[in-house]
Amino acid sequence: MLELSGIESGYGETQVLHGLSLEAQQGRVLAILGRNGAGKSTTLKTIMGLLPLKSGKIVFEGKPIARQPYDVAKSGIAYVPETRDIFPSLTVRENLEIAAKRFGGAAPEWTMERVLDLFPRLGERMDNGGTQLSGGEQQMLAIARGLLMNPRLLILDEPTEGLAPIIVKLIHDKLQDLKAAGLPMIIVEQNFGFATSLADDVVVVGKGQAVWTGSAEEIRADEAAQHTWLGV
Amino acid sequence: MAHDLGFWTLQALNALQLSMLLFLLSIGLTVIFGLMHFVNLAHGSLYALGAYFAASLAAIGGYWMGFFLAPVAVAGVGILLYSGLIRRMRKSGPMAQVLVTFGLIFVMLDLTRIFWGDLALAIDVPTLFAGRVELLGIEYPAYRLFIIGLGLAIFAALAFVLGRTQIGAMIRAGVDNDAMASCLGINVERLFFIVFCVGCALAGLAGVVAAPLLSVTPDMGLQILIPTLIVIVIGGLGSLKGAIAGSLIYGFVQTFGAVLAPQLASVLIYALLAAVLVIKPVGLFPAKG
Repeated sequence: MLELSGIESGYGETQVLHGLSLEAQQGRVLAILGRNGAGKSTTLKTIMGLLPLKSGKIVFEGKPIARQPYDVAKSGIAYVPETRDIFPSLTVRENLEIAAKRFGGAAPEWTMERVLDLFPRLGERMDNGGTQLSGGEQQMLAIARGLLMNPRLLILDEPTEGLAPIIVKLIHDKLQDLKAAGLPMIIVEQNFGFATSLADDVVVVGKGQAVWTGSAEEIRADEAAQHTWLGV
Repeated sequence: MAHDLGFWTLQALNALQLSMLLFLLSIGLTVIFGLMHFVNLAHGSLYALGAYFAASLAAIGGYWMGFFLAPVAVAGVGILLYSGLIRRMRKSGPMAQVLVTFGLIFVMLDLTRIFWGDLALAIDVPTLFAGRVELLGIEYPAYRLFIIGLGLAIFAALAFVLGRTQIGAMIRAGVDNDAMASCLGINVERLFFIVFCVGCALAGLAGVVAAPLLSVTPDMGLQILIPTLIVIVIGGLGSLKGAIAGSLIYGFVQTFGAVLAPQLASVLIYALLAAVLVIKPVGLFPAKG
């Protein structure tokens, strides 16, 4: 459903992606793995239109993707950034409400109720300021906010970073629920176990290119690839 | 005089009136800056334009015609500025924005000279507020009380919109992090346009209400620019709380400075500005904590 072919992108003069290609399939979870600085987050930011696409093509649901974040969001992609980016001057409720918009279509699949069912913890914190939350709660809020956009593809950047093991487990279970519900996802992750237990497909990125592509089972079995590309 | 309660009341009301005028000007500028990091030095020119429009409209249909139509006309000029200039300069960085909007001040200055001439214009206080009102033991001009009331009403309205409505939450989200707000499908550019127009209208409104108190001259926009910038820097960028706090501080320091220490009055506010910059460089209540 999302296809990147030969994309080049980066920050200002510094090019990070050198002709990266990958494909995310309908109804499946794709994990993007790789060492620090390989270009994983850059890939996601380029998809979202936060970084300019210098060359190459990104096609979403058969159409070239828009180049402004607002239009990318409108086309049905929700983004949960590495830094979570909860709005500090908004309450938890407001953080959720401003995302709860639908761009046409039938009754929304994800409502406030359903999102709070998934993360009951947020329900208790609705009137707190966005930054009064713990790291784990902020991550839940960032995911909940993305879901309220009723996306057809959810993109997560390092969802477990800096979280306690028990919260990592909780986030894992929630994402597993979303996967079971058929929501396609792309997950960038350093935590190999977390990523490969959740994903169907895996792309390993090294030096701005896709260096290994296969299924999650394959990479779990391929110790040589793990060693070469991930240093596991 | 200093032991006379009436004297203090009078000065406090004068300070409040000046504060409200500055608030009307600074709120638009600070939110525009906070939302889009756009520096519009020509904001003061819109204030002058509001006063001129009001003077012309008042000559046709009286004060109230100017009061209601001049801010709309200034917002119209804002739309022209936005579509002709500002939208193109959104990504060009603060230096270019400062230079272009600074140049715009002089363009507007000469345009007002061409259309209205160099002589100062005067507008009469509307008859409704022509008299004086007995208040806290002193007689105070009703029109100045009207300005105070108007400023407070607009503060309350903006506090409601920014604090309690969906669009207000979106504006605050845009000020916090415009990139993330866009990623949630919020059209930040359109929000900016709306905020810009409202900011222009409020600057125009400030010009309208100031016109009967001051004489309307081409350089009035330039004169108000520095106080407005000081208000924003003291208050902190991007926030309503900062704009009102900065305005009150400026109004009171300026007014009481002028009567209590006239020799120091012109330096006092700059000293305060310097002190704020040393102690809290981001201002007292910046939107981005």
